[in-house]
Amino acid sequence: MSVQDAAAPTKAASTIGTPVRRVEDKRLLQGQGTFSDDVWMKRMGYVHFVRSPHAHARIGDIDVARAEAMEGVYATLTGAEVEAMTEPFMQIAPEPGSRMEDYALAVGKVRFVGEPVVAVLAETRALARDAAEAVEVEYELLEAVVDSLATLSPTAPVLHETIGKNIGYQDTYAWGDIDWALEHADHVVSIDKLHFHRFSSTPLECNAAVVNWDRGTDVIEVRSNNQMPQFAAMFISPAIGMPTSKLHFVSQDIGGAFGLKITSYPTIAACMLLSRKAGRPVKWTEYRSEAVTASAHGNERTFTDIKVPVMADGTILGFDVKAYDDAGAFMRYEPLGGVIWSQVAPGCYRLKHLRVEYTQVLTNKCPCGPNRGYSRLQHLWMIERIVDIVAHELGFDPVELRKKNYPQADEYPYETPNGCFYDSGDLPRMLDLGLELADYDGWRTRQAELKESGGGKRIGIGIGSTLDSGTNNFGQARLVNEHLPFSGNGEAAHVKLDLYGEIAVNLGSSPQGQGHETTAAQTVGEILGVAPTDIHVKAGYDTASHAYVGFSGTYASQFAVTGLGAAIGAAEKLRDEIRLVAATALGATPDEIELADGVAGVRGDEERAIPFIGIANLVYTNVAALPPEVADAVSLNCRYVYRPPFEIPDIETKTGELTLTYAAQIHVAVVEIDEETGHTEILKYVAIDECGRRINPQIVEGQVHGAAAHGIGAALHESFVYDEESGQLLSGNFYDYHAATAVDVPLLLTGEIECPSPRSPNGAKGMGEGGGAPLSTLCAAFQDALGAGGAVVTDTHNPSERVWRLLRERSDAPRPVEVVSR
Amino acid sequence: MNDPETTHLVEVQINGERYERAVQARELLVHFIRDTLALKGTHIGCDTGNCGACTVLVDGQPMKSCMMLAVQADGLSLETVESLSPAGEELSDLQKAFNDQHAVQCGWCTPGMLMQAKALLERDPDPDVETIRRTLKGNICRCTGYVNIVRAVQQAAGQDVSAGIQQEARA
Ligand code: FES
Ligand code: FES
Repeated sequence: MSVQDAAAPTKAASTIGTPVRRVEDKRLLQGQGTFSDDVWMKRMGYVHFVRSPHAHARIGDIDVARAEAMEGVYATLTGAEVEAMTEPFMQIAPEPGSRMEDYALAVGKVRFVGEPVVAVLAETRALARDAAEAVEVEYELLEAVVDSLATLSPTAPVLHETIGKNIGYQDTYAWGDIDWALEHADHVVSIDKLHFHRFSSTPLECNAAVVNWDRGTDVIEVRSNNQMPQFAAMFISPAIGMPTSKLHFVSQDIGGAFGLKITSYPTIAACMLLSRKAGRPVKWTEYRSEAVTASAHGNERTFTDIKVPVMADGTILGFDVKAYDDAGAFMRYEPLGGVIWSQVAPGCYRLKHLRVEYTQVLTNKCPCGPNRGYSRLQHLWMIERIVDIVAHELGFDPVELRKKNYPQADEYPYETPNGCFYDSGDLPRMLDLGLELADYDGWRTRQAELKESGGGKRIGIGIGSTLDSGTNNFGQARLVNEHLPFSGNGEAAHVKLDLYGEIAVNLGSSPQGQGHETTAAQTVGEILGVAPTDIHVKAGYDTASHAYVGFSGTYASQFAVTGLGAAIGAAEKLRDEIRLVAATALGATPDEIELADGVAGVRGDEERAIPFIGIANLVYTNVAALPPEVADAVSLNCRYVYRPPFEIPDIETKTGELTLTYAAQIHVAVVEIDEETGHTEILKYVAIDECGRRINPQIVEGQVHGAAAHGIGAALHESFVYDEESGQLLSGNFYDYHAATAVDVPLLLTGEIECPSPRSPNGAKGMGEGGGAPLSTLCAAFQDALGAGGAVVTDTHNPSERVWRLLRERSDAPRPVEVVSR
Repeated sequence: MNDPETTHLVEVQINGERYERAVQARELLVHFIRDTLALKGTHIGCDTGNCGACTVLVDGQPMKSCMMLAVQADGLSLETVESLSPAGEELSDLQKAFNDQHAVQCGWCTPGMLMQAKALLERDPDPDVETIRRTLKGNICRCTGYVNIVRAVQQAAGQDVSAGIQQEARA
């Protein structure tokens, strides 16, 4: 199946690869989008959550009497009620993590600041908030732990008594022979510790849902911005004892998600219980400070005891590392991140010998959600730091060292030590392009001049190389828990001819700004021979009318492959049905029929043609005119499930094809540092992207910009910092968090190369998450500015203050890096 | 909950239409616009006044409608995103520029961005790139990385949209 094959029976000019303007823009530009908070229902109440002010405490008495007595308060819901009415949500983790009890509201204890404890439903937002204030909750304070390593101490307070220690998941991943490599390498570079900080892409629309239990049908309608409704349904259904068929999820427009709106299911479940209890529709609109404090954060990860064997010629053999991933107080999507990093196990390099001792720790912090670049960006950043530090410590040129260790263009598909296939690519060419666009040589000259002249400024030039692996094989879930009956992946689409011959498409994805209506219209249009503007792709998602499978949704950089793969399959089915009906009507054979501009005609004979409206008439309203064998063979309603060709990975060796496609990013940054203040100015930023065949290059570029902005914001500004003693979040609102503004993000230059994927149905690769390249790039730029023998950049987060400290590190300070050469 | 002690009558002009409503003293203007008048185009992205998703024009000036009480709008004239191309009409030049330059992804920041940009172009029809960026500083977009929004404003001002990027490249 491929788009090219469709070229024969259709004639329309292809729009694939052209910047077709987005069809979803008009409504969004006119204020006519419909987001969850734009839904108002009769008799609807507003929910407000009473949240924990403490990081760790036992819940004593809860008194809702005063709140319930207020006029206009409809109902309250407490953890005790939730415990009586529901089962804990299922856990992905194996023993002992599987013993974690996670409910829609806190039961027995609170484990992070902002955890929902009581829900209050009232006539207005303001009243719900007032009533929440009137709820009294007694707490018995417990010691909190927020440090990812301190939480492992035997004296640390235990978050989940059912587990008995603060570890959710632990395993060792090893491929090749790292012990041999460390013994035989010419140099071994050791790094004590690298720290990937906690941040989040904070979609601008907070979580929201309008939830309505219909007493008559016992169906719960959820108009939410959850981005993976099937996953939510699979978690909620057994917990609240409702069949998934009665959980009706709908979304139209979603104000960004970035993975963080996958784990909103506990709160949605609380809204369901409340709607059932009060017999009313419930509206939940999260306040930003709640979103920042208690929705979902990106994972923090600490790497220790890193050992890197390097040969004299610069060949890096691999690494040995202990990784401590901090999930916060509950696991939710975790420990999938415990294996997902291994989709890019050797990063962008030909590393052969790898060992990662992976531990997922639990702390009294907000639970994590799969934030853009999920689990791979932490790992990729560590590898980029390794390569950069090796270059600096051993005196290799950072450009040449990278090029030497990248797989070369003729090595694709490149098999990694753990059996993944980098499907296509050319990293050295991308790097050359990046250096050229950035005027690398010119900046090196400028850097040297500035060094001569002094003047209190320094220039640093950094490179980051990352991957965006897309289309997961969910079989990898078995590597974290062998009992999980998950494997493969899929996505569904439905393409039909409507009553008057109009083409209507619905998708299993629930997009959040990625332009699916546009790229699906381009794709279907090409196959059916009509312009994208003549195709109606239904906005959003609805479980009652859209085709879906268990892994449907918009996440993990997959739509261009799975979503469009499904659209291609469904459109081809419809094309073949149209050709069959047309051939019957025109006395021709189906392969003589070609589709163009909404007409099915016999090739080379303009007289013999039938418009799509005629096809629709024959099938829907004039069916006796068709021979029965044709009538029985067509429905003009074509559902197709795209299934990537995955096998179940090998649990013993932890090998297999974990993802289908690998988009790549090479970023180059030039920074200027003010030596007196540590203030950093980005003078130049170049992002080179390779994501296979580009369906719509403008949408691709938009994703490159957005992913770069998230990385730049996180590298320089955004951080969730917790107070060690109290466990309070110190950046608990949007102001303190400082999401990157128009002045913080440089006007970056983009460039691209195209290496079509041999694995996907259309040559495209999933993209959009990016690989967190700016984190690597800016760290490398700081390292470059600090120079050989200077301080070592060991943290992803480098605001002015940390840069200032790095500049002032004493030359006799203990270095976190050691080189042993033989 | 409509306690006369805390309820006030306000009269506002929004997008040319006159509205007279009783509002609670503490009701934010943005909630009045959204919940009471069901003008859903104006969005809320924060509770600290720094995201700009709620930006509307108040007597021609861009204001964050989450930082004003509804009662403060009494007697004033407001414009929201819905005014830019009234029902059924084509996109305005500014909206068209946002479409052409792919300055919209999820669309949550978009109404505020448009109103801020409109006010800027009325003040300064030919702003340079730095002015555009500084003006948009109070409007956060989490999707686009701002590059295409800057380009869109440049297009609406009739400028060469690659100018900003090249200016950076020369830095
Ligand atoms: S909602 Fe008004 S500034 Fe954020
Ligand atoms: S387009 Fe999503 S926040 Fe700007």
